[in-house]
Amino acid sequence: MLSIQYFASIREALDRKEEKLELPADVNSVQALIDYLLSANPHFEAVFNEGNKTLVAVNQTVVDRNHPLSENDEVAFFPPMTGG
Amino acid sequence: MISIQSHDFSLGDEYAAIRSRAGDAGAIVTFIGLVREIYGDECTAGAVQSLTLEHYPGMTEKCLKDIQQKAESRWPLLATRIIHRVGELHSHDQIVLVATASPHRQAAFESAEFIMDYLKSEAPFWKKQKSENESSWIESRDTDKAALDRWQKP
Repeated sequence: MLSIQYFASIREALDRKEEKLELPADVNSVQALIDYLLSANPHFEAVFNEGNKTLVAVNQTVVDRNHPLSENDEVAFFPPMTGG
Repeated sequence: MISIQSHDFSLGDEYAAIRSRAGDAGAIVTFIGLVREIYGDECTAGAVQSLTLEHYPGMTEKCLKDIQQKAESRWPLLATRIIHRVGELHSHDQIVLVATASPHRQAAFESAEFIMDYLKSEAPFWKKQKSENESSWIESRDTDKAALDRWQKP
């Protein structure tokens, strides 16, 4: 079971904090997951379109959209960080 | 040593603690970040009434440990301390503390700055400001990214 978490402005824009997904066989990368989420939720487009700065972490490390995914990964989407 | 916490901290207590851990240090640098009344460059919404810090539990601790280890492999540090607050804060509150102890001052100064630059752009914290009429997420700044990039030069 894949877990997805959303943070900060992304969490508010999508109105969801986390979800769990049974990963379809062809969803084997971050980009494939984004495409899958968009097909189920077309209103996610603003968050995931190309010009957007949305970052993705897999198992708590920031990765690019080509990063492979496996069944029990922890995925998170969030805007650029503003700590300190 | 790393803490993510909602409660405030005491510079005096933290200084005493790192001083006792640091053995034969010749220099201790402490940095404290505070909540300003106006955030961002284009804030027109008036004085900020509160700032809420959200983070990604688990990843935050992992990132801060990574940053601490990077600093320790680059400078001869005897002790380091990072505290970052989360939750709702107000003007002039303390947000973050970084302390580094080293045999010599240059390493202590540089490593404290390095840790802060990494922390601002690489650790999963997000600030939301609330003023009288509106609330908005603070955008990341290119100057923070530039501050980080300068450490990557050979």
